[in-house]
Parts: sequence; structure tokens; C-alpha cells
Amino acid sequence: MKSNSAVSSNKKETWSGGGVKPFGASYGKMMMWFFIVSDALTFSGFLAAYGLTRFKFIDSWPIADEVFTHVPFVHGEYPMIYVAIMTFILIVSSVTMVLAVDAGHKMQKNKVAWYMFATIIFGIIFVGSQAWEWNTFIKGSYGAVKTTEGKILQFVNEDGKQIALADFVTTERLDGREQHTKKNGLWFVEEPTIATYSIDQIITSYNEHPEVQVRTELITDQKKKTILSREEGSAQLAKTKLVVEGANLEVNEYGNTIFADFFFFITGFHGFHVITGILINIIIFFNVIIGTYEKRGHYEMVEKVGLYWHFVDLVWVFVFTFFYLV
Amino acid sequence: MGHAHESNTKKIWIVLIILTVITGVEVWLGILKPDSLHLSNFLGTSWLNWIFIILTLVKAYFIAWSFMHLEGEKTLFRRAIVWTPIFLICFLVTLLLTEGGYIYDTLGPLVKW
Repeated sequence: MKSNSAVSSNKKETWSGGGVKPFGASYGKMMMWFFIVSDALTFSGFLAAYGLTRFKFIDSWPIADEVFTHVPFVHGEYPMIYVAIMTFILIVSSVTMVLAVDAGHKMQKNKVAWYMFATIIFGIIFVGSQAWEWNTFIKGSYGAVKTTEGKILQFVNEDGKQIALADFVTTERLDGREQHTKKNGLWFVEEPTIATYSIDQIITSYNEHPEVQVRTELITDQKKKTILSREEGSAQLAKTKLVVEGANLEVNEYGNTIFADFFFFITGFHGFHVITGILINIIIFFNVIIGTYEKRGHYEMVEKVGLYWHFVDLVWVFVFTFFYLV
Repeated sequence: MGHAHESNTKKIWIVLIILTVITGVEVWLGILKPDSLHLSNFLGTSWLNWIFIILTLVKAYFIAWSFMHLEGEKTLFRRAIVWTPIFLICFLVTLLLTEGGYIYDTLGPLVKW
């Protein structure tokens, strides 16, 4: 009978492909690796598309350390500091994950549980930070205007430092424009949020403040954004069609809209992976606590979910480089 | 498990220190942006960008080899899951970046600033 059966009838072996281990890797582990390879290719596709778009707009792409400059609970500008902290948190969560796997090899149930717990907490902190980063980006920091040619114009002071609309727009809003709301009887009309300032207001204030200059998206040889003279600025401002505050999928005060699109898409897809990872980690964590793997005799499941978690970290290393550094 | 596993918590902490230091150097360079590196040009981008990319690959190596424990897998399996994506990614990136550069060369001069 034994010679006829290709697959072991031992029920315990059903999930491990009959206990066959090509290349010394179990069925589950090998499939996790294959999944990671395919997921890596997906992320590469996105990042490569980002690269193509960036090369396409190489002379006007937003400069990352002018975009991501905020740190929670702290005022002022600290480019990249927060994202560096986020990267560190994710690396630490990877380390606690390896320690959990390591403890699993030694069958130390309590240690595995505690390290898994730490990994989950760090993961949640990372996703929270990512949400904060999104929120800051969506709200925006300075405000800008968009011309009929689709170009973004920002404002700088005499030192060439970017200033917010609120810093120099002091005149009254004269167009009498207010947000349409139900309480104003406009229950049948919907409109997206209107900007704090009208176009006329900004142009009048610009004329009243000789120290304010207009900055375009064009990058100079010194890898800085071009600052226009007062007259050129005035000519560009005359073409204004929209006041932009913050960033979304349609407009972006920091520059190219597609920069915001890629930012939301790629960090969003990565964040989705982190959330999935946290959920799987939580499931495995409870399995560890109720002793599932103790009964099974090995902690390979922790190893497999660990592979996924490290992969999420691995992807972040690349996202960090190509969005924030390069 | 196919391979004997000995505890190596010490090595894990060393890798953590390496990854942290590399990230620190990256951020430090990214804030400083020394002109000599930032404004230079080598193979289509600045030396600074090449440093970032190389440091990133070093980090990726440590994560995959140590944390994901690729060093413990059988050689052929390791090669299959490492070199297949590396080949495909290099291929795709080369094509798309070349194409992006071409689009810029063609459409860039038409944009009025």
C-alpha cells in the first residue's frame, strides 16, 4: 500500500505538501518566497513608473526636502528628520521580528509572544506616522497658485525662503465668496472646499508687498527652484486660475500633481502592506499565546510571517530612497 | 528545517547597528547636500544620488541575507529567488528610465517657462 501512495496520508502533513521539501524549504516557506518575489516585482513596477515620470519632468520635479519638512509636536522645518525616525522604527520592528523567530527556534513561547507584541506595536506606530505624514501633505504648508498653463507658482521672501499665503495676503476678500453649505439654504448645491483667499486678493497683496517674489517649478543649474523678478512674477500671476492649498489627486501646491498621485499611490500601497502585516502578526500572536505552535512542535509559522514583515521593511528602504532622498 | 539553526542574537544587533548607521549617513547627506556631490554628474545623475542608491542596496542586502535568513537557504533556491527579480527589475528600470529621458528630450523643449 505504501508504495502506491504518492502523498502521505498523515493528516498533519496535508498543509506541508505531503512533507516534500524541495531545496530544503517547506511548502509554506517556499510559497511565501514566491509571493514575495512577485510582490517585489509589483512594487518595482510602481517605482519604475515613478522613475519614468520623474525623468519626464526632470527639470520641474518637486524637491523632496522642501516638501516633507514637518515633525509632529515640533514647530519649524526639519527636512527628512521624521521620515528617518519612521524608517528607524520599521527597522527596529524587523529586529524584534527576527528575535521572535530566533526564540521560536529555541521553543521559548513567552519570548516569541513578547517579541511579536513589540513588532505589532512598532508596526502600528509606523502606520500612525504614515497617516500623520499624509495628513500634513494633504493640508499643505504654504499654499500656492496655479496658472492657466497648469504651472504652480509659490511665494518667497527677500531671502528666497518660501512663505505662506497667510504671511503676506492681508487685504480683504472682496468677491464675497463663501462656501456653499446646507445651512445657507444651498442644500441642492455641492462644491469642493473653496480656498481661503481669492485670486484678486493674492494679486493685490503681491503688488502691495515689494519684498515678495514668485517662484516657479523650474529647477536651475544649482538644483534650486527659479525665483522670478517682480515684473516677471506679476506677468505670471496675471495668468492665475486657481488658489491651491495642500495636495490631493487633482492639485498639488508643491508642484507636479503627478508627484502627489505617486506619493499617495506608492506609500499608500506600502501602508496597506504594513496594515496587512500587522493583522497577520496579530493572528499569529494569538496563535502563539494559545499554544498552537507549541503543540505543532515548531514555530515555522512565525518564520513565514516574519519573511513577509521583513519584505515590507525592505520595500520601505527603497521607497524612502526614491521618494525622500534621491 | 533544512538547516541547522544556532542562535545569533548578537549578529542581529550588529545588523541593526549597521542599518541604523547607514540610514543616519543617508539622512545626514540628504540634509547637507554637499555641492561637490550634489551638483556633479555621473552616468545620468549626481554622485550623491549614486551614493544613496548604493547605500540602499547595501541595506537591502543586510535585510535579505540576515533578517530574511537567505544565507541559510540552499544555494540554488537562493539564486532562483534573488537573481530572477534582480534581472527583471534591471530590465524594466532600464527600459522605463530610457523612455522617460526620451520623453523629456522630445517634450521638454516645447514647454514654455
